[in-house]
Amino acid sequence: MTKSLAFIVAQSSPLDAVLAPVYWLLAQWSEFMFDVARWTGLGLLQYQYMHRAVLVGLCIGVMAPLIGTFLVHRQLALIGDALAHTAFAGVAVGLFLNAVLDFGVSPYLTAIIVAMIAALSIELISEVTDAYNDVSMAIVLSTGFALGTTLISLNAGGLSVGIDQYLFGNLATVSRENAAILLVLFAVIVGTIALTRNQLLYVTFDETAAEVAGIPVNWYNRTMVVLTALVVVGAMQIMGVILVAAMLVVPVAGAAQVSRSFTGSLLSSVVLAELAVVVGIGLSYYGEATAGGVIVLVAVAIYVACIVLGRLRTALGEESAAETARIDASGADSKAEPTTD
Amino acid sequence: MTTEGPVAELDDVTFGYTTTPVVEDISLRIEQGEYAAIVGPNGSGKSTLMRLILGLLEPDSGSARLFGEPAHRFDEGSRVGYVAQQASASKEMPITVREVVKMGRFPHVGYGLLSASDWEVVDRALDVVGMSAFADRPVTQLSGGQRQRAFIARALAGEADLLVLDEPTVGVDAESVDAFYALLETLNDDGITVLLVEHDLRAVTDHAERVVCLNRRLRFDGPTEEFVDSDALAETFGTAVSAVGESG
Repeated sequence: MTKSLAFIVAQSSPLDAVLAPVYWLLAQWSEFMFDVARWTGLGLLQYQYMHRAVLVGLCIGVMAPLIGTFLVHRQLALIGDALAHTAFAGVAVGLFLNAVLDFGVSPYLTAIIVAMIAALSIELISEVTDAYNDVSMAIVLSTGFALGTTLISLNAGGLSVGIDQYLFGNLATVSRENAAILLVLFAVIVGTIALTRNQLLYVTFDETAAEVAGIPVNWYNRTMVVLTALVVVGAMQIMGVILVAAMLVVPVAGAAQVSRSFTGSLLSSVVLAELAVVVGIGLSYYGEATAGGVIVLVAVAIYVACIVLGRLRTALGEESAAETARIDASGADSKAEPTTD
Repeated sequence: MTTEGPVAELDDVTFGYTTTPVVEDISLRIEQGEYAAIVGPNGSGKSTLMRLILGLLEPDSGSARLFGEPAHRFDEGSRVGYVAQQASASKEMPITVREVVKMGRFPHVGYGLLSASDWEVVDRALDVVGMSAFADRPVTQLSGGQRQRAFIARALAGEADLLVLDEPTVGVDAESVDAFYALLETLNDDGITVLLVEHDLRAVTDHAERVVCLNRRLRFDGPTEEFVDSDALAETFGTAVSAVGESG
């Protein structure tokens, strides 16, 4: 352990020095995965790149539905798509800087910066116009993608070769550095949501009442969109630009079908997302298909199953609901004169 | 919690979303323990006036004060409970009644967890509005009246001194409306100031003690029984509704 840590610290890049503790965690995770491979005989866990891919997938399965739950219930499902496309522009900026100026910066870091700027722009536009709207999101989405494709075309010879991994995601290209960046993002995102869960819930459910209650609504809206940008960039490695928004929306939509409470829907959406990630990565590995696509297809299948389950529960519950309605009607008089303590 | 002085105070307030004022030269004081209703025809500026009182909007001229502080800078959010039209809160979001009422404690707990005493306040609020039996039911499965009771419970859980309701009975069935207003009267008897923005004149004349009638400018401000006999009713709403005065 000490030897590996010393090796990591000896790395040349300043980013490597900052990420050294995370690299150590990744090394521990990899050792654990090798053990799991030995115990289970699972072929896909015999490769170190798959260890990173599984870890990144599991992190996406937590953070995407966590923030997605707040977005979906504010009818902001499309914001993930818009930010993913601006993140693509950020990737292109990184690749461009590397090709032209030999910066050696991870395109994911430039993607984080560009996506955060785009996220705050969308939020500030909505604050000025007093509404989120499809048009502004469509414009941000198109601008991001147009900027990305333009920058790439300017350097077509060198850049277009590696662009597929950003568009469609790739299990095999999750580098140690990118996995470490994602773990840092994961800690920031989950920590922020855990800290501000009360305020985010109030703002999501009833923005005006939250404002009256003294919660700085604009501040939390900005927090929400910036966190979304971070999730999108983090998840892009495996899911790709085109499909990343699905993980913000599909598990949440499935959870909404089977949950009665907000806490329940948060937990269910994480469980459903993790199921989609684990099954999706497994199927894509053995089926030699693109992981992002398979994960989303599994998530959609789970969503359909949730709809069926939700309908079944409703049908079975109709009788008891009718019974409750009778109780409501007979209890109306007593509610007209509520008691006070 | 109580303080000296009026709960809300507007002094010569004018406000417009564009250059045309929506409300103009409004001066009024809402005292502690009052049950007041703001009425006016569609587009009269009554919801805007409510937003000015709450500090959600800042006057173009004049001053708006809430519990003695400039309303738009007022930061003791838990002292004010807000209940919107039930239509605006009808999202298909999975959330239970208890989770909604719990939000009333958020200004008190900030980033922390609710303590046992916070949960006691939540349970008591549910009990006051007669919703204890529905605490674990999803809000989406409630009737309009039950849903509004849940929102009032949220305000009570916040231990609000002022309850502001914006057309709370729109879309609520007639039977539940009576029970809803009976609840408001009980809360007002317990010392909570109630400020109601209402389109239903009969509900106002039956329940509120004071009427603020608005049509961009203040047309009437006084006891309900005087409003019923005043010219303001017919002038603001037309003769068709003057029957409210006769029956009310």
